[in-house]
Amino acid sequence: MAEEKSGAAILVESLVKQGVEYVFGYPGGAVLPIYDELFSDKRIRHILVRHEAGAAHAAEGYARSTGKPGVVLVTSGPGATNAVTGIADAFLDSIPLVVITGQVATNLIGSDAFQEADTVGITRHCTKHNYLVRDPADLAATIDEAFQIATTGRPGPVVIDIPKNVQVATASWQDGEIQRKIRYSPQTAGSVEDIAEAVELIANARQPIFYTGGGIINSGPLATELLRHFQSLTGAPVTSTLMGLGAFPHDHADWLGMLGMHGTYEANLAMNQCDVMVCIGARFDDRVTGRLDAFSPGSTKIHIDIDRSSINKVVPVDLGIVGDCATVLEQLIAVWGKRKAADLSEWKARIEGWRARQSLAYPAESKSGDIMPQYAIERLFALTREHDPVITTEVGQHQMWAAQYFGFDKPNKWLTSGGLGTMGYGLPAAIGAQLGNPDTLVIDIAGEASIQMNIQELGTASQFRLPVKVFILNNEYMGMVRQWQELTYESRYSNSYSDSLPDFVRLAEAYGWKGIRIEDQSQLDDGIREMIAYDGPVIVDCRVAKEANCFPMIPSGAAHTEMLLYGDEVAGTMEDEAKALV
Amino acid sequence: MKIQHSASERHVLTIIVDNEAGILAKIAGLFTARGYNIDSLTVADITENHAVSRITIVTNGPPAVIDQIHAQLERLVPVHKVIDLSEEGPHIERELALIKVAGKGDNRVEALRLADVFRAKVVDTTTQSFIFELTGTPDKIDSFVTLMRELGLVEVGRTGVVGMMRGPNGS
Ligand SMILES: Cc1ncc(C[n+]2csc(CCOP(=O)(O)OP(=O)(O)O)c2C)c(N)n1
Ligand SMILES: [Mg+2]
Repeated sequence: MAEEKSGAAILVESLVKQGVEYVFGYPGGAVLPIYDELFSDKRIRHILVRHEAGAAHAAEGYARSTGKPGVVLVTSGPGATNAVTGIADAFLDSIPLVVITGQVATNLIGSDAFQEADTVGITRHCTKHNYLVRDPADLAATIDEAFQIATTGRPGPVVIDIPKNVQVATASWQDGEIQRKIRYSPQTAGSVEDIAEAVELIANARQPIFYTGGGIINSGPLATELLRHFQSLTGAPVTSTLMGLGAFPHDHADWLGMLGMHGTYEANLAMNQCDVMVCIGARFDDRVTGRLDAFSPGSTKIHIDIDRSSINKVVPVDLGIVGDCATVLEQLIAVWGKRKAADLSEWKARIEGWRARQSLAYPAESKSGDIMPQYAIERLFALTREHDPVITTEVGQHQMWAAQYFGFDKPNKWLTSGGLGTMGYGLPAAIGAQLGNPDTLVIDIAGEASIQMNIQELGTASQFRLPVKVFILNNEYMGMVRQWQELTYESRYSNSYSDSLPDFVRLAEAYGWKGIRIEDQSQLDDGIREMIAYDGPVIVDCRVAKEANCFPMIPSGAAHTEMLLYGDEVAGTMEDEAKALV
Repeated sequence: MKIQHSASERHVLTIIVDNEAGILAKIAGLFTARGYNIDSLTVADITENHAVSRITIVTNGPPAVIDQIHAQLERLVPVHKVIDLSEEGPHIERELALIKVAGKGDNRVEALRLADVFRAKVVDTTTQSFIFELTGTPDKIDSFVTLMRELGLVEVGRTGVVGMMRGPNGS
């Protein structure tokens, strides 16, 4: 039976229909009709953040840790522009978000009205798709399509801009199947010939490598299982991008560790020397390839990706397969059949040689006697392991150390801003992850600079009684910036010192959190245990060695074979060509 | 350090899209955002109910970039189809131009004579000027415009290229 409902009511009904449990948002003039609908509705829980970027990152954290789309609701103008960083972040990391933005009434659009911003224009190139809805009668179909677009194919953020008069005006609403034209249907399976060719190449490889990425995580837990299964059939060693950590167990004999700029020696050398590279759901990011003309020069490259535009974008490949990671892995396994894995012992012996370099080794003691940050992460991992935590991070050295020294063996447990590299991601993402996983230990591994970018979200966690933990590796530097300045600009530390830091323990207390300070290695384990044991949110201000650097490192413009390890001499300067690279 | 540029090819792309608000901005913006070139762009709706538009873009770039342009366009939700006419094979390209030439005496006569050679139509005349309408390949229009430069060219308006595959099949 059709009923007449306001645009705002249709929106809320549509969200309920999509199975939305949480909306991360912040009210304002242009969304008041929607907020009024939410007021009396018990089916959807609104999580009031403290800044709209926090809403978008929280929705990302929820999405990444649960596999469900994250939903954001913000007002027009500044509400929408504040959310843009999170939207762009979700775009680069392929996180499914549906972002509802209020807009001024249709008759005011274009008049520079109060809190008017061209949201559709601003978000055009950082969304998978966006809409301006001009008629409440279009809302139900638009929202239905938005969720389909956000969650299928290569996932990503979709913005729906809804003018205030469209929220107030009414249209007929019918429960039941939404009638709309299906115009988005991504290809999910590889062609039979391509799959056969890929199996042939992999079976004949003597130095194969699986280079896996966030696409495996996005595809869903099945892709992880299938990756592990296909690996067991082929015996190929596995490396992963930052975004793909957790798809393959960190303690598996064939695990090479993360690759790329701060990847392990064995992962990067194996990439360089392999004869067949199978890239599954990764995209040859510049942080992964290093100098392009020296990137794995002798290998035959197979690239499996749901997004055809990722194939041949950066690195020309020999065989591109457009398809969903899980579907294609299933096809590969089927065609592989009862084949036996090739004898890879020679290849693995070479890998063991590289592994023996112990590229993640670091000095046991810092010059200052402060805790080595790498050690702090190792202890955090060891002591939280049995809790199977979800880890989020901010951006900087601490992020790379977390990737290097924390072990992951399940998907959806590692939430980090890879593509955009957004400082301020970790705390709101932890909040979203905690809501999606109420009984899980959720820890944001943070830097003292990054955490201040969305520090206001401490209030959100307090309000919703979320026991998230923030573990700050406090080196009193924007460490990653300082490291680059040390390597490239002869240690001229221009503006990379964290001055006038707050007292994080008292700050925690001011928000109703618990604060713990760890200053000495002797306090480390107890501090971590106290954090875990506390039934509520905790900030740990862990003071670490200020001068520690993140190694191994492929300096910008260098090849995989030119890694710097701890203790290597560094020149302190670089050619202009290298300086110009990101 | 100097910025490097690489050699490029010209391609004509036909893009079939949903005729929805912002689609042109989306496509033109994709070219700017990713640093691709647009030599010309034409757009008009082509179905009875105005639901579908046909966009023709002439672009240039190295082969790998052309392939990316194709893939990036296909990634947009309102894009139904992208056809690289230059890649697909024999096709027709046409462009329409209006060319105003002013002058007297021999120049005027010569302009009219050349227009005849090029099969340009005179669509406006005064005692001192003509507007020619010329349809043809971009090359043909280029040549005509070059000739008119010597004979009192005042201004040129061009539509940009539309293109279509030869043969019986639709795109
Ligand atoms: C929003 C934003 N602004 C600037 C940067 C550039 N940036 C990358 S890492 C970094 C320093 C981070 O410092 P901190 O959070 O203390 O982490 P550390 O490297 O010291 O572990 C900066 C400024 C960024 N990634 N994001
Ligand atoms: Mg720091």
